[in-house]
Amino acid sequence: MENVVCTFCGSVCDDGVFEDGDVRKLCALGKSKFSKKERIKAPMIDGKEVSYEEAIEKAAEILVEAKRPLLYGWASTVNEAIRLGVLIAEKVGGIYDQCASVCHAPGTLALIEEGVPGGTLGSVKNRADVVIFWGANPVEAHPRHPTRYSVMAKGLLIKDRKNRKVVVIDVRETKTAKLADIFVQIKPGYDYAIISALRAIVKGEKIEADEVGGVPVEKLYELAELMMNAKYGVIFYGLGVTQSRGRDRNVENAIKLVQQLNRKTRWVIWPMRGHYNVVGAGEVPAWEVGYQFAIDFSRGYPRFSPAEFTAVEALVRRDCDAALIIASDPAAHFPRKAVEHLKKIPVIQIDPHPNLTTLLSNVVIPSAIAGLEAEGSVYRMDGIVLRVKKLVETEYWSDVQILEKMYEEVVKKVG
Amino acid sequence: MPIEVEIITGRTIDQGKTVEEKLTEEYFKAVSYCELNEEDFRSLGLKEGDRVKIKTEFGEVVVFAKVGSVPKGVVFIPIGPYANQITSDDTDGTGMPLFKGVKGVVERTEENVKSIKEILGVE
Repeated sequence: MENVVCTFCGSVCDDGVFEDGDVRKLCALGKSKFSKKERIKAPMIDGKEVSYEEAIEKAAEILVEAKRPLLYGWASTVNEAIRLGVLIAEKVGGIYDQCASVCHAPGTLALIEEGVPGGTLGSVKNRADVVIFWGANPVEAHPRHPTRYSVMAKGLLIKDRKNRKVVVIDVRETKTAKLADIFVQIKPGYDYAIISALRAIVKGEKIEADEVGGVPVEKLYELAELMMNAKYGVIFYGLGVTQSRGRDRNVENAIKLVQQLNRKTRWVIWPMRGHYNVVGAGEVPAWEVGYQFAIDFSRGYPRFSPAEFTAVEALVRRDCDAALIIASDPAAHFPRKAVEHLKKIPVIQIDPHPNLTTLLSNVVIPSAIAGLEAEGSVYRMDGIVLRVKKLVETEYWSDVQILEKMYEEVVKKVG
Repeated sequence: MPIEVEIITGRTIDQGKTVEEKLTEEYFKAVSYCELNEEDFRSLGLKEGDRVKIKTEFGEVVVFAKVGSVPKGVVFIPIGPYANQITSDDTDGTGMPLFKGVKGVVERTEENVKSIKEILGVE
């Protein structure tokens, strides 16, 4: 089958070729996605194999009995499943949170303050003559992004690599830095100061220092000059910006820089979203209940507060007494103290593959792999919706089937 | 002698390739090491395959040490359960832990690197 849509990273490449259980044209990450690997064999309650119906009923019971369950994950499943998750969270008076809260949600906070001057990957491929990767390393996290869209990509107006200047700003010389025309190495935690310095230069002010955040000011003047002279520039920012000192304020400052540049020329800024449908994990609750993450339904209506209702905050402060974890592995990716609380509460897991969260879960429900064994719609990192395909038959239930049944059971219990 | 460092975490291609196979040896290898600057590596008296203990106010962890392309005073660990023993759980009201830029100390150690199940405390 041709035009297979890859369900690994946020680039959601749509040109894979699937033949005899093997996939071609995709990157190493895409190939690993479609390769055969260990699966959760059957639904389980406390380690004992049960039917799907029994596991789902037990899960519904846990969610309904909890005072405030956390429903977390959602970045690696389809929009149709996410929608059901939001509905279940509302019914059980729980918290809906998703992987972005430990990833790109600071960018969402910045967007709430400033808006976002954005563009699609197609517009970048066709138009961008200056591309900046800031705290992002696509060579290892989105391997085909540079070739398809941002570095070597041949577009309508930018026909060749030499028509495009590529800048990498990072604290270490990443593999992506090796693709760049200009590499700007900065001190960890100085993104905000450097963005402020660039804003000052673009505004025409003088920097009265020899260096900012480890970068000689002459280099910052050169960079600002390059930015002002671009015809169509893009800043792709990564977790180097959102997970370090300043977090959302770094992104907010960068958006302000882009707003300033837009008085002179055309610039866009966009996050390098990680999981293939982490955008959907935010967009779907946004169109259902108005918020992208950190949503609490305990009062019967949605409230948004990242300081309280993100998964890490709720776990560290022991504010949730059960958890449904889907398409994600917080036991591997949350700070130790958050995982400690996860170990103490009843956990339900829905996932195709065993992971660290499986080892902590009371109810484990195996699911079909979206994009291989189940279909649905997902948002690419730039907000473009793509339909992922079902390529092979499976005995496993899809996330949608599991959650439809779980919603039904929850409704039976709470009315 | 322990040295003071700033710890950053991040993705790598090997972490990505094995992320859906977390209970395998390949994933263990992909996430249970850190990268140090060559000068720091030498000043700690390390050679390939040696282990280091990294301590922060949030915890400590033993990992394998490698030379990597990081500046002096910076340690890189692939995202995952080892990194998260020492990352900050303080989100500053944003929900986002400080996964990059926690201060800590690194020293050479003879202690073993724990298995993933030991790290999680389920074995």
